[in-house]
Amino acid sequence: MTDATQHIDAGEGDTVWVEEVSLIDSMPRWLAMGLLFVVAVGIWDLVTRMGWVSPIILPSPGETLADLIFVGRNLFTGGYMLEALWTTTQTVFWAFLIALGIGFLLGVLVGETKFGERAVLPYLVAIDTMPKVAFAPLFIAWLGFGISSKVALAAFIATFPIVVSTAAGLYAASESERMLFKAMGATRMQTLLRLKLPIGLPYMFTGLKIAAVGVMAGAITGEFLGGGKGFGALIRQSASQMDTPRVFALILYLSLLGLLLYFTVVWAQRRIVFWNKEERAGGLG
Amino acid sequence: MTMAKPCPAAVGATSTPARPVYEISGLSKTYARNRLVALDDVTLTLREGEFVSVIGSSGCGKSTLLKIMAGLSPPTRGRVMLEGRPVQGPRSDIGIMFQQATLLPWKTTIENIVLPIEIREGKAAAKAAMQKALDLLTLVGLGDFAHVYPGELSGGMAQRASICRMLIAEPAVLLLDEPFSALDELTRDFMNMELQRICRETKATAFLVTHSLAEAVILSDRIVVMRARPGRVMEEVEIDLPRPRTLEMINTPKFGAIVAHIRGLLDREAAE
Ligand SMILES: Nc1ncnc2c1ncn2[C@@H]1O[C@H](COP(=O)(O)OP(=O)(O)OP(=O)(O)O)[C@@H](O)[C@H]1O
Ligand SMILES: [Mg+2]
Repeated sequence: MTDATQHIDAGEGDTVWVEEVSLIDSMPRWLAMGLLFVVAVGIWDLVTRMGWVSPIILPSPGETLADLIFVGRNLFTGGYMLEALWTTTQTVFWAFLIALGIGFLLGVLVGETKFGERAVLPYLVAIDTMPKVAFAPLFIAWLGFGISSKVALAAFIATFPIVVSTAAGLYAASESERMLFKAMGATRMQTLLRLKLPIGLPYMFTGLKIAAVGVMAGAITGEFLGGGKGFGALIRQSASQMDTPRVFALILYLSLLGLLLYFTVVWAQRRIVFWNKEERAGGLG
Repeated sequence: MTMAKPCPAAVGATSTPARPVYEISGLSKTYARNRLVALDDVTLTLREGEFVSVIGSSGCGKSTLLKIMAGLSPPTRGRVMLEGRPVQGPRSDIGIMFQQATLLPWKTTIENIVLPIEIREGKAAAKAAMQKALDLLTLVGLGDFAHVYPGELSGGMAQRASICRMLIAEPAVLLLDEPFSALDELTRDFMNMELQRICRETKATAFLVTHSLAEAVILSDRIVVMRARPGRVMEEVEIDLPRPRTLEMINTPKFGAIVAHIRGLLDREAAE
């Protein structure tokens, strides 16, 4: 008898081992998440109520909720915040699309051609190790304070994970799969389109998920540094006015945009890579 | 049991020697990358309808030989003739099968089987071959699984499906590189008997690479024993057990004698 199991006698000679299920395992997920939420907010409330932290640094849950409702009302009634959110949404959308296009093409170049692997890849790796946000002033100088400089920065950041994952995906086909296609007399194009790309799809989607996170970071950083009319500018404005509850509320709504993009990618993956069972099993994809 | 050094055509039971299908002579292969001599002066003939196995220690060049025969890898010296024409690249009259089934998971079983047709002749030809694919699937007992995705097939079923894929283009020869070695022993025995039946029904000429002596003896008309470093043919052993072969033959003294003889050859090489 081990610590983790209980030993129950059920009739003569019959031994039944009942595995002990821990409390957290037997709890539904929503309940576990809700519990953690209540505890966290409770601690938060306590900290602000006791005046341990200045309200400028950490506003109380009540203030934050009030601002959440205020911002939510502004968004739903089509106020200036909705316009800002729409600007950021457009930035993110175009940046993601551009990163997808360029990243995929570069990924194929690197993964499929010797030239790409030998000549292009080293440069990509070198640029990838740079802090890409540092390019923001350059993009602003080149493209101005409008939406395009933000799109450029966000796309720039999101391109690299797509390149890397696409190239890795193209390497993923096994030796016997390549041999099979060779034996069938497949052309290079056929091998690429009918074997390597489909095999690489799960890898590419992993890159897309990283890109979805990067494109949000890029867009907001761009709006912090380059002004304009987006949600990032709104956040910066509130922060400079020490309106911390507003900043909290804005960040929460902004994260909804990030989640939307991320789960669109997850949804697309489930539709397209329908044969990949392991990916399906994972809770958040 | 007749044993022949480089094979004077004393073919077991049938006394009229069949037409040669594969003629390999003076074949050598040195891998440029590491200057490794994988094959040295291999000469071999496969006759129509014959089942030949190759056995030898790991790394003696069996897969290399098979890849050259399939036109997947060029030889350094020597020549390979199939049906009177030199093999200079992949050909549709060569069927090949590897250790892994490698069915494409995004295509149904039957779509996987017509894939060679689709690649060579396009979608329309593949569609026309569907009925034939279904017949083949029925032949290996997978008729009900035609429209299922490979993720739902067991290892043995997947290998049976890849047999069908190999047969769809009606190849003149079958090249098999340890096709069942990833399967459990019971499934493997069953698959070997299936393979024998399919070869009889399609009158195919087959060349099997294997690590299992019992498997080689039970299936083959002739076993090519190879030695390593450099890869050479050590001896060719004729297996004149009656056909059709059954698994019970493993217990006969004749079977035991053949196995003992080949094991002796392999042990002697290992001792050197
Ligand atoms: N592409 C390659 N480049 C360089 N050397 C190779 C290559 N493929 C095989 N070799 C070498 O050639 C020799 C023969 O390899 P081969 O795969 O033909 O052996 P094998 O008899 O099939 O072995 P196994 O029974 O383990 O499958 C080995 O020493 C191997 O290391
Ligand atoms: Mg091998």
